Amino acid sequence: MAMTMTQKILAAHAGVDSVRKGDLILVDIDRVLGNDITSPVAIAEYSKLGVDGVFDKEKVTMVMDHFAPNKDIKAATQCKMCREFCQKEEIVNFFDVGRMGIEHALLPEKGLVVSGDVVIGADSHTCTYGALGAFSTGVGSTDMACGMATGKAWFKVPSAIKFVLKGKLQKYVSGKDVILHIIGMIGVSGALYKSMEFVGEGVSSLTVFDRLTISNMAIEAGAKNGIFEVDERTIEYIKERSDREIKIYKADEDAEYDEVYEIDLSEIKPTVAFPHLPENTRTIDNVGDVKIDQVVIGSCTNGYFCDLEVAAQILKGKKIKDGVRAIIIPATQDIYLRAIEAGLVKIFIEAGCVVSTPTCGPCLGGHMGILAKGERAVATTNRNFVGRMGDVTSEVYLASPAVAAASALSGKISDPRACE
Amino acid sequence: MDFNGKVLKYGDNVDTDVIIPARYLNTIDKKELASHCMEDIDRDFVKKVSVGDIMVAGENFGCGSSREHAPIAIKESGISLVIAKSFARIFYRNAINIGLAILECPEACDNISEGDTVRADLDNGIIYNLTTNKSFKTSPFPEFIQNIVRAGGLVEAIKKGFIK
Repeated sequence: MAMTMTQKILAAHAGVDSVRKGDLILVDIDRVLGNDITSPVAIAEYSKLGVDGVFDKEKVTMVMDHFAPNKDIKAATQCKMCREFCQKEEIVNFFDVGRMGIEHALLPEKGLVVSGDVVIGADSHTCTYGALGAFSTGVGSTDMACGMATGKAWFKVPSAIKFVLKGKLQKYVSGKDVILHIIGMIGVSGALYKSMEFVGEGVSSLTVFDRLTISNMAIEAGAKNGIFEVDERTIEYIKERSDREIKIYKADEDAEYDEVYEIDLSEIKPTVAFPHLPENTRTIDNVGDVKIDQVVIGSCTNGYFCDLEVAAQILKGKKIKDGVRAIIIPATQDIYLRAIEAGLVKIFIEAGCVVSTPTCGPCLGGHMGILAKGERAVATTNRNFVGRMGDVTSEVYLASPAVAAASALSGKISDPRACE
Repeated sequence: MDFNGKVLKYGDNVDTDVIIPARYLNTIDKKELASHCMEDIDRDFVKKVSVGDIMVAGENFGCGSSREHAPIAIKESGISLVIAKSFARIFYRNAINIGLAILECPEACDNISEGDTVRADLDNGIIYNLTTNKSFKTSPFPEFIQNIVRAGGLVEAIKKGFIK
């Protein structure tokens, strides 16, 4: 039976030769992840299981990133609960303030995910690691609890949609524009319950970070996972960070796909998702006159060094528009340090931006940049639902770091290509 | 498992941010979460809802964040069953894992209105709109999932040895 990339990884982890779409299977997991919001619920459920310790002290991973550094007493209490659990269970990969970064940028950076892995995380953007050729998907806290206890998770084997990429992106067009373009095309439930598999000669022109951004937002199309074919770039990225064996799974030539889309990367323009769904996309030449109050550059989608670099390139030697607040959030401590060393932080501060410690913060309306009634933000984050970043009447426009930086300068949604 | 209740109805793409806004995720207290359930989509929800009520919605219910706080808040608010045209996948598994009953049935959702009284038979996948005297058939869960639901959730299913 011909299988997709995703189906092959799932079959290998279920200990069977093949699986078919719709099969309900129990698979071994290589990593189980939680954060300071989802882990407390998982810890409470885990305690009901009455097991003698977690299944693997190295594979259980917790990152304090959502409401950390603690935004209030309740958030502090939740982080304390996670900290005490990890101490008691001797969890190796516990990332607290000082070591932590935004979880989905941190795990690949630390070499904690390699091609061929199965990763579950109690965070919907766990699908990010598909960029490295892993099967990774978001689950809930009860799944996390049971995963910590048993090292297993149940899945319904998904069917898949294939995206054949060709060509190369134009300047100031990035992975963010690609995934917004795709979500605009197929809709927020366009890949519901399915895998999104990215293949084709265009893949090799995308950096690993473009791919991480694309896989990150697979969930925004309803997908179970978003996975890329492994190439030299993937292998080089992983080998710099991990000694673990890389397992490469390619879809069978005759694997069955529900739909196949061909995407010419060279035709994609800077793209913006208007409120209140990621599918409400418009290309930059069709955005009209949208004045903004805030810009956020960061998150698990676009807080990488290359994202800060492109923003700095646009902001260098300029001042952001009076009345606009620009918040820059490097995704990890390593990225933050590199941004300081490369002079990016100086550029941002001189332009009138603030630069924050890593945190998910404003993306989910937690802290560090909440919007008041009627305010608008351009954000490099991944969701623009009602009230996502603050008041229910506030608005979030999703865009790339280049569009966000250009918008900070003009005070309205702007084309970065006009900043040349 | 049978359910009988008054309907509270919502549209497509009800996301977990409006079911339970992130600003309330600094607690795991179920009652506190329930007190803010649906706050950003329907401020009066907590005043309207009674124990046993049934929530009916459109496509992609529960999209967005993986927060289990969302099905927890719905369950704790008194809602006994959620019927939608389709569910976002993480919400779908979270509901099963915590023992919140759900059914997928597009036809029923198109033919049930706010305030209708609905009865549902989960084992056989049958939904009756008692207000309009119409009935709808959908596929019941496969046995693997029924075992989790019958056990009262994933934790109980593992404890009872249904999943090894």
